[in-house]
Amino acid sequence: MSDEGKSGFTRRDLVRGAFVGAVAASVAGKGEGAAAPPALGPGPVPLELAINGQIHRLSVEPRVTLADALREGLGLTGTKVACGRGACGACTVMVDGQTVCSCLTLAVEARGKKITTIEGLAGDGHLSPIQEAFVKADALQCGFCTSGMILSCKALLFCTPKPSRTEIADAVSGNLCRCGTYPHVFEAVEIAAGLRTAQAQSPVLAPAFVVGASRWKSDGRVDQAVAEATEEA
Amino acid sequence: MPKETLRLGFAGKFESKQVEIAPNDPVPWSPEANFSLVGKRTPRLDGKAKATGEACYSIDVRLPGMLYGKILRSPHAAAVLRAIDLSAAKKLPGVRAAIAIAKPGEKLRFAGQEVAAVAADSPERALDALAAILVSYEPAPFVVRLEEAKKETAPLVFEGKVETRTSAGDAPGRRKPLPRKGNVQGPRASEKGSIEEGFRRADVIVEGTYETQVQTHTALETHGMVAKWEGDELTVWASTQGIFSVREELAEALSLPQSKVRVITEYMGGGFGAKFGARVEGVTAAKLAKEANAPVKLFLDRKEEHLASGNRPSSVQWIKAGATRDGKLTALHLVVHGTGGTNGGTGTSGPLKNIYACENVKTEEYDVFTNAGPSAAFRAPGHPQGSFALEATMDELAKKLGMDPLELRLKNDPSEVRREEFRIGAERIGWKDRESRRKTENPAVRRGVGLGAAVWYNTGGTGPRATVRIHRDGSAEVEHGLQDLGTGARTMVGIVAAEELSIPLEKVSVAIGDTRMPYGPASGGSTTTPSSAPAVRAAAYQAKKKVAEAVAKAWGVPAEEVEFSGGAFAVRGDPSRKLSWTDACAKLPEEEVSATADRAENHADAWKRFTAGAQFAEVEVDTETGLVRVKRVVAVHDCGIVLNALAAESQVQGGVIQGVSYALYENRVLDAATGRMVNPNVEQYKIVGAKDVPEIETVLLPVWDGVNNTHSVGIGEPVTVPTAGAIANAVSHAVGARIRRLPITPEVVFAAVEEARTKGGAA
Repeated sequence: MSDEGKSGFTRRDLVRGAFVGAVAASVAGKGEGAAAPPALGPGPVPLELAINGQIHRLSVEPRVTLADALREGLGLTGTKVACGRGACGACTVMVDGQTVCSCLTLAVEARGKKITTIEGLAGDGHLSPIQEAFVKADALQCGFCTSGMILSCKALLFCTPKPSRTEIADAVSGNLCRCGTYPHVFEAVEIAAGLRTAQAQSPVLAPAFVVGASRWKSDGRVDQAVAEATEEA
Repeated sequence: MPKETLRLGFAGKFESKQVEIAPNDPVPWSPEANFSLVGKRTPRLDGKAKATGEACYSIDVRLPGMLYGKILRSPHAAAVLRAIDLSAAKKLPGVRAAIAIAKPGEKLRFAGQEVAAVAADSPERALDALAAILVSYEPAPFVVRLEEAKKETAPLVFEGKVETRTSAGDAPGRRKPLPRKGNVQGPRASEKGSIEEGFRRADVIVEGTYETQVQTHTALETHGMVAKWEGDELTVWASTQGIFSVREELAEALSLPQSKVRVITEYMGGGFGAKFGARVEGVTAAKLAKEANAPVKLFLDRKEEHLASGNRPSSVQWIKAGATRDGKLTALHLVVHGTGGTNGGTGTSGPLKNIYACENVKTEEYDVFTNAGPSAAFRAPGHPQGSFALEATMDELAKKLGMDPLELRLKNDPSEVRREEFRIGAERIGWKDRESRRKTENPAVRRGVGLGAAVWYNTGGTGPRATVRIHRDGSAEVEHGLQDLGTGARTMVGIVAAEELSIPLEKVSVAIGDTRMPYGPASGGSTTTPSSAPAVRAAAYQAKKKVAEAVAKAWGVPAEEVEFSGGAFAVRGDPSRKLSWTDACAKLPEEEVSATADRAENHADAWKRFTAGAQFAEVEVDTETGLVRVKRVVAVHDCGIVLNALAAESQVQGGVIQGVSYALYENRVLDAATGRMVNPNVEQYKIVGAKDVPEIETVLLPVWDGVNNTHSVGIGEPVTVPTAGAIANAVSHAVGARIRRLPITPEVVFAAVEEARTKGGAA
């Protein structure tokens, strides 16, 4: 941790008790450089955050994570917390164009940075193409991983407009989905990238609608000859 | 009751059956019906809300003045609580309530058991308060390993009677009291025919022991609630699979009439079986809110979720099987010991008793108590573990008989549907040339193909009711108190109503997730769709009849003469009198018509069967690293008829993926020295991720069973039953020796590779 101790307390102190173990994997803010920031806390401090193009003012203890500030402080609950240790990606948001785990980022660290959450993707009531594609491909079941998943995919498409399956899987490899939406997530990204259209092929075999003695082949089609013969009979 | 002649069956094998239909219930759909929505790929109604973050899950609820609750848990695998002092915690800034959950003198039986709880004005301050609670524990001897716990000298988890705080759905199948000796409870026994006779008649006999691990549910939204009191009325926003079972449990725990408790679950982040009851944390949230006189949000964190919110028990299954030379099963004997920590529910006999035909079957199931968090129902309780052991046994038999494993299944499978599924799956996976595919370009990597079967039982039942309201503009509202775990249940409700009314889905608004609505079923046992869909359809049908009555009145003809088809009302035999749906609704004499209908009884005389599934897996095994990659899974399943092909496909993929995860990665690890879980997180408790997902081919075989008016069957559970078994058999095929343990870690693979090397021969 390059910035530990600079402000008279360590990052470890800040999160102690809240998210033990989170520190080791914490994403160090890139902008923190030459000048040591002033000491903050332990009481609440005023904070301005630029989220989805809007400035939000709030007062938080320095130990409060960005995820909690968004969710509990500002009511931006589209960002989810599922592990609290940066292992599941549900809390993914973009900070200055990079995806980060907001459960490992302190709210005060995000000061002066441009934050994008899931709430910031749709404009004027219109879904962004990746959101649209997630709905179309049913790339969401319970939906709890969806916000983070979509932001990871959005970041991927920004850098790699025509990704391969491997690149998509790499991009969401930090986003855990317990329902198992991955195959549909891959499809959604391909739809958003213009690599495919929503799948029209149904997993439902056709013989459902076949009555009588028609024979049926396992490719889902009725054996026409037999079907016709049956009809004649 | 009127009898209707229905064409029932599947895949061209249809037969005519006379089925009794309850009065005022619609006749089951005909296979020749021209559906506009049923069976099509329909994106879910709440997709937009979920993709934009607007969907408000229970954990997202924020109320004015809301406090944050946290629970203090015992760090000891076993201890007696001596004293507890909340006074220092209560004095901390922002702390508004502190309560003891355990009492002095109480025995705490696992690391993670609830001791006390606090509510404060921020989550961080609540954690500060937990640190200020003084507790004195007297540690006691404990046991966390099944083999140790079975010994006569083992520390007893329960000295007296079994005292586990259980919640709805926690110990499926636990009905009558069982004998207990030490930590071992059971057996739950069943016997059919005579296994002695069966083994006497057998030409070949195999036996083996198969072990499975403890799996935790790990739903992404943890367990918890937001609780708010208004006078003596309690409202909770719960993350639950059963709003009504939560209501019942809260009312009982807090001595309230059920009418004073309201449970809301608008959106919910997964359950998988562990979220039926109010549970300790729910009751605690309500108590804290009462004490603080303010709403309280109390949700578990990931660690607590692993320790105390339920799990799929482990199993050690010994199976002996006999068959005649031509491959007919003559006897099956299962003895299983499993541990669900401080809870039972460890039976695995379902697949063995219900998949392959055998006249002589004996099963003995034992629960072994250990000092670990209690089990809970988990997606097809007992079945993935039972299927793994059974299918391995079938492969062992096939090998000894010198018979193709698929042929052995086909010979013994009494289910016509599953035999068809086996044939479809075998063709798609390329079963015939599986031997020639075993070698890959890399001599260290071997390929294997395996299969497994699924059985499930439920076709839903009575209880659910739904209300459909039709407005003058032709739009409709459905109210039905069920919850959508992520399965697409909300959309299913909309599809059924829209199909019955012949209106576009966009004109239907669906309200679910509130105990103030007509009763909806708990989402368990794969019964949601077959219980709910018929009630919704019946309500829509009855509401539509009321529109028809209004039309008949306007036309001055008897109501029976008005027909509805192709989206329009008409007088029978008079093509000149026709009215579109919208025009008809515009003529409604009142603001709206509505009907509330009950789910009718299952049709006893319909085409009944156990729900069947078959899966085939193809794997690549690196014999140098021990790593297994599942390359392909073909999943062929019966789910009655499909209401939403897109959501059904999602369910199948999800079930298969969870099965892959169970087969290869997941394992709750307890430290024998401290009794604590060493991986209560999601980086060391390994769950399948995007990079490990196989190519999945989903095939849904429609079965028109006529059991309810929509022919619907749930698919959530059966789709995860056979996956682990199919994968294990594929790995066995690849390495040439039997896989007898889950998860199939490199250690397990190396042991099998070594066995194959020393003994020789293919599995």
